Amino acid sequence: MTWLNSHPLTFLVFAPTLLGLLLLTLPQTLGKLTRLLGFLGALAIFVLSLAWLLGRAPGAPLAEHAPWFTLVGLPVDYSLAVDGLNFWLVILTTFLVPLTMLGTWNSLKDRIGTFAAMFLLLETGMLGALVAQDLFLFYLFWEGMLIPMYFMIGVWGGDERRYAANKFFLYTLSGSLLWLVALLFLAGKAGSFAPAIMAASASTLPFGVQCWLFLAFAVAFAIKVPLFPLHTWLPDAHVQAPTAGSVILAGVLLKLGGYGFIRFAIPMFPQAAMHFAKPLALLSVIAIIYGALVAMVQRDMKKLVAYSSVSHMGFVMLGLASFTVIGTQGAMLQMLNHGISTGALFLLVGMIYDRAHTRMIADFGGVATKMPIFTTFFIIVTLSSIGLPLTNGFVGEFQILNGTFLSGFAWGRAYAVIATLGVVLGAVYMLWMVKRVFWGPVNPDEDSGTQHLHSDLNAREIAVMLPLVVLILWMGIHPSTFQAVSEAPVATLLKDANAPAIRPLVLPSAPLPVPVEAAVEGHAPASAEVHP
Amino acid sequence: MNKYVWLIPILPLVGAAFNGILGKRAGKRAVTVVALGTVLASLLLSFATFFAMKALPDHRLTVDLGTWMATGSMNIPFGLVVDPLSGIFMLVITGIGFLIHVYSVGYMHEEEGYARFFSYMNLFVFFMLTLVLGSSLPLMFVGWEGVGLCSYLLIGYYYETDFAPDAGLKAFLTNRVGDLGVAIGMMVLFAAFGTLTVGDILVKAGHLGPEVGFGILTFATLMLFVGATGKSAQLPLYLWLPDAMAGPTPVSALIHAATMVTSGIYLICRLAPVFTLAPITMDVVAWVGAATALFAATIGLVQRDIKKVLAYSTVSQLGYMFLGLGASGFAAGFFHVFTHAWFKALLFLGAGSVIHAMHHEQDLFKMGGLRSKMPLTFWTMLAATLAIIGFPGTSGFASKDEILALAYAKSPALWVIGVVAAGCTAFYMLRLFTLAFLGKPRDHHAFEHAHESPRTMTWPLVALAVGSVVAVFLGWPKAFGGDFRIEAWLAPAVTYGQLHVAHHAEEGSQMLPLILAGISTAVGLGMAWFGYATYRNGLAVAEARAAKFPFIHKVLLNKYYVDEGVELVILGPIRWFGNLLWKLFDVIIIDGLGVNLPGALTRVFGDFTALFQTGRVRNYALSMTLGGAVLLYVFLK
Repeated sequence: MTWLNSHPLTFLVFAPTLLGLLLLTLPQTLGKLTRLLGFLGALAIFVLSLAWLLGRAPGAPLAEHAPWFTLVGLPVDYSLAVDGLNFWLVILTTFLVPLTMLGTWNSLKDRIGTFAAMFLLLETGMLGALVAQDLFLFYLFWEGMLIPMYFMIGVWGGDERRYAANKFFLYTLSGSLLWLVALLFLAGKAGSFAPAIMAASASTLPFGVQCWLFLAFAVAFAIKVPLFPLHTWLPDAHVQAPTAGSVILAGVLLKLGGYGFIRFAIPMFPQAAMHFAKPLALLSVIAIIYGALVAMVQRDMKKLVAYSSVSHMGFVMLGLASFTVIGTQGAMLQMLNHGISTGALFLLVGMIYDRAHTRMIADFGGVATKMPIFTTFFIIVTLSSIGLPLTNGFVGEFQILNGTFLSGFAWGRAYAVIATLGVVLGAVYMLWMVKRVFWGPVNPDEDSGTQHLHSDLNAREIAVMLPLVVLILWMGIHPSTFQAVSEAPVATLLKDANAPAIRPLVLPSAPLPVPVEAAVEGHAPASAEVHP
Repeated sequence: MNKYVWLIPILPLVGAAFNGILGKRAGKRAVTVVALGTVLASLLLSFATFFAMKALPDHRLTVDLGTWMATGSMNIPFGLVVDPLSGIFMLVITGIGFLIHVYSVGYMHEEEGYARFFSYMNLFVFFMLTLVLGSSLPLMFVGWEGVGLCSYLLIGYYYETDFAPDAGLKAFLTNRVGDLGVAIGMMVLFAAFGTLTVGDILVKAGHLGPEVGFGILTFATLMLFVGATGKSAQLPLYLWLPDAMAGPTPVSALIHAATMVTSGIYLICRLAPVFTLAPITMDVVAWVGAATALFAATIGLVQRDIKKVLAYSTVSQLGYMFLGLGASGFAAGFFHVFTHAWFKALLFLGAGSVIHAMHHEQDLFKMGGLRSKMPLTFWTMLAATLAIIGFPGTSGFASKDEILALAYAKSPALWVIGVVAAGCTAFYMLRLFTLAFLGKPRDHHAFEHAHESPRTMTWPLVALAVGSVVAVFLGWPKAFGGDFRIEAWLAPAVTYGQLHVAHHAEEGSQMLPLILAGISTAVGLGMAWFGYATYRNGLAVAEARAAKFPFIHKVLLNKYYVDEGVELVILGPIRWFGNLLWKLFDVIIIDGLGVNLPGALTRVFGDFTALFQTGRVRNYALSMTLGGAVLLYVFLK
């Protein structure tokens, strides 16, 4: 027990692996039992993570540190920590894994035990990447995630699974290799893989070199996000992946791209990051609009949701590029939002696919008549996805847009206004799909998807959706629960990065006689958020 | 009292949750009790709160319910404000809302989705109250988008049809376009004032003078006005409202006549001091309002569907309200909101009563002679019709006269447009009334089966009729010896935080207002008679006249072909562009040239080099010999 008390993060990260390896040793004939065991284990890990992370004394960091090995003279440390930046992402991961297992209970018929094992191995990769504080260790987990995901798509995927799996793997890997070169180069200069030491060393390099290093980091992370125009692996991967793969891909894997920026790329190369803030923001705005427009014309529900991810993650990147506390905090929340809402959408699409064996929008129509409970859940998640106030989507987008508008960069105002279009387009593609799938008369075609819907959601499926709906409302009504931990770290990070002060709009001075103290008071709060 | 104010919006929310989750199992009786009970409780609390607010010296009751968002310099509380402006509106929402809930019990009693209907209605009341009572723009936006959601759900209430979901989608998306404006307006105001709490913005704005030219505040207020044109169905975003009639009639009365569609006017009144600082915006508001008033009224002249006539009438009357606001008549505009809420809700419910009696027949041309069959509906509809055409002494007369007088002061052209629109209104209202209730029945089968509606439906009609008569006492115009009391009532709200309050100069002759009112009243009554005379003997006269002007008739009948134009110029191209991006940019350029082409080249190159890996010793020997020969040549040359 003492070991456990001093190594809670090690346990959290590697317990899924141990469990996964155990499942792999069980015979195939025990498939269902294996699945159950996997689910119960993942659930226990979630409960433990909640207990450890929420139960610790406020302000007490959760960290582990030990020297590990030396790589060509460079010490690699086994260094894990949970702080404000990854706190909720860790919980999101441990939460989504068992939930997704339960949500896709009967989706797969084949080698279900092995699938559960892959899923647990993936959980280790994700958790490890989230808590790793040593860049080499981070790299190992980052690349390690690819392997189970590759098998999940390539073995249990749809008809085009091999193409999608290869594309996913090679796309991500090609980005990561450049990054690895940059990583080793900088580690050689710094003599360490610790981010703080590397950052200090990077700041002494010529600005041009810093820019190249930042770009190498940024491209690797941008592919994961995915940021336009590096997004084309996503629709294929999502469409071909089994539901569970899609949920976890959207729910956690994409977040690691944004997390990479806020944890490593921005704090390590703040000057270069701000130098490239404008192109990053421009690509984000394009992603927002482009993803939405392309989502609008999709015929496959899953592909539509995949492109909507491009649009939503564009908001995350825009918030990060604003270099304001409001925008960055909005981006942090938007990452969680997207994990919950898009994860829920993929689960729902999976539920209808399990029944109708089609995901084409045209195959449906009148689903509300057949599946009222399913429809209710779908509408609520849709509202969250289109950012209706009191749902989580609104808070994130609202803060990102306002942060961008206030940003110290000259482009902030225009980009914020243009990005607002994405909010309109988001409603267009989602509600248009809802109309064609759920409303209207029951599709009269004998072979249509609607005709194959014989049962509404069962208790298991409702149990999966309810927590998601509760979170959607909770995050929308009381976002502080999820934003408070990252407020101080984000403010410090931006301060250390020397981010430009926010730019309030200056109203023309009043021609009316104004009492002096009133005028001073009148303008003071507008400049409260000034980074020195 | 402060302790219970939060219950006013929350009670209907509880009702909505109960009816939405358990309603179907609980049965119709329980649904009715919960739905009506929560709104009634809310109404009683509203009255108590209203009087508590009136007793306060500054007529402003604020409630803080904690923090919503707090990050960086952004701090948005959950706060409610009751002042005369939000207080009156709160009473309208809960009062008329309750009457319409009662009416719905009768109107919807046979419906399968009874619980669903009342769940949405209660949810609407919750969001509408949030919109009105919210202390900050984001919280008002919660209500603003929320009522849009309820509108979407209720328009699409008959979801198994084709047309209702289409109409709901159209309403939501058109409103979203407007909400884009609100979102941008909020960003600008936040950047300019550093806060989004309405009271704080107004206090800060109180230190500013009017903007010269097109400045920050002009931009912000114009953006907010874009939102107002969406929600309040003004040019060019009015398109959704006529289609919204696909929802059940009580929905049309509550949401698309009395309350939600006036939230654009409410938003501007709420920020009246800020709008006053932007003269250009005020001009735009006035002209858009006047143009919409006339435009929609002309379409209303020829529509056959009784609800469509009323829908265009609503668009037109909302235009009047904006005209009043644009002419700096915040009290006048809001007074028209108030009177219109009564008589337009009554008109819709009366129309619903007729539709109910005629077994869901909405075509005016198939009605006629219903006076004898439905006396209560007839008399209450008459009261509402007289009010809307501005018959002297009615509430509609009072509020419309005040707006027209202010419009004249701003620009005589605006007054002329307003009077012409009033003439059209008088014509189509008498046309509607005559076709439905007077003359001979045109569909005998339906007429035989027509009957007066049940008491749950007629009782609200009577209550609304009383309301639309009594409403006049709140604002009888000064020109006719009244005191226009509502102006003084609203003053603490619409001038909140202002150091210098502009007073309307009481200049010009005392006769001018009377002359103007005389002209507009004469035009109205003349056109009303014209409408009655045209249709009292059936459709022949009108058909003959339409045949004389086939082009104009066709254009009006097809609503100026705006829907078709929007599809052709906006929606079609957007879909085409989306497809282009997908199939050309995503699939061919990025994926083809950027991803698969390098992949394919690698494979081709691999295949090419693989040619040399034949595994045959003699091939390798040959290439070794050739290579050796080349090397020898190079080195020995």
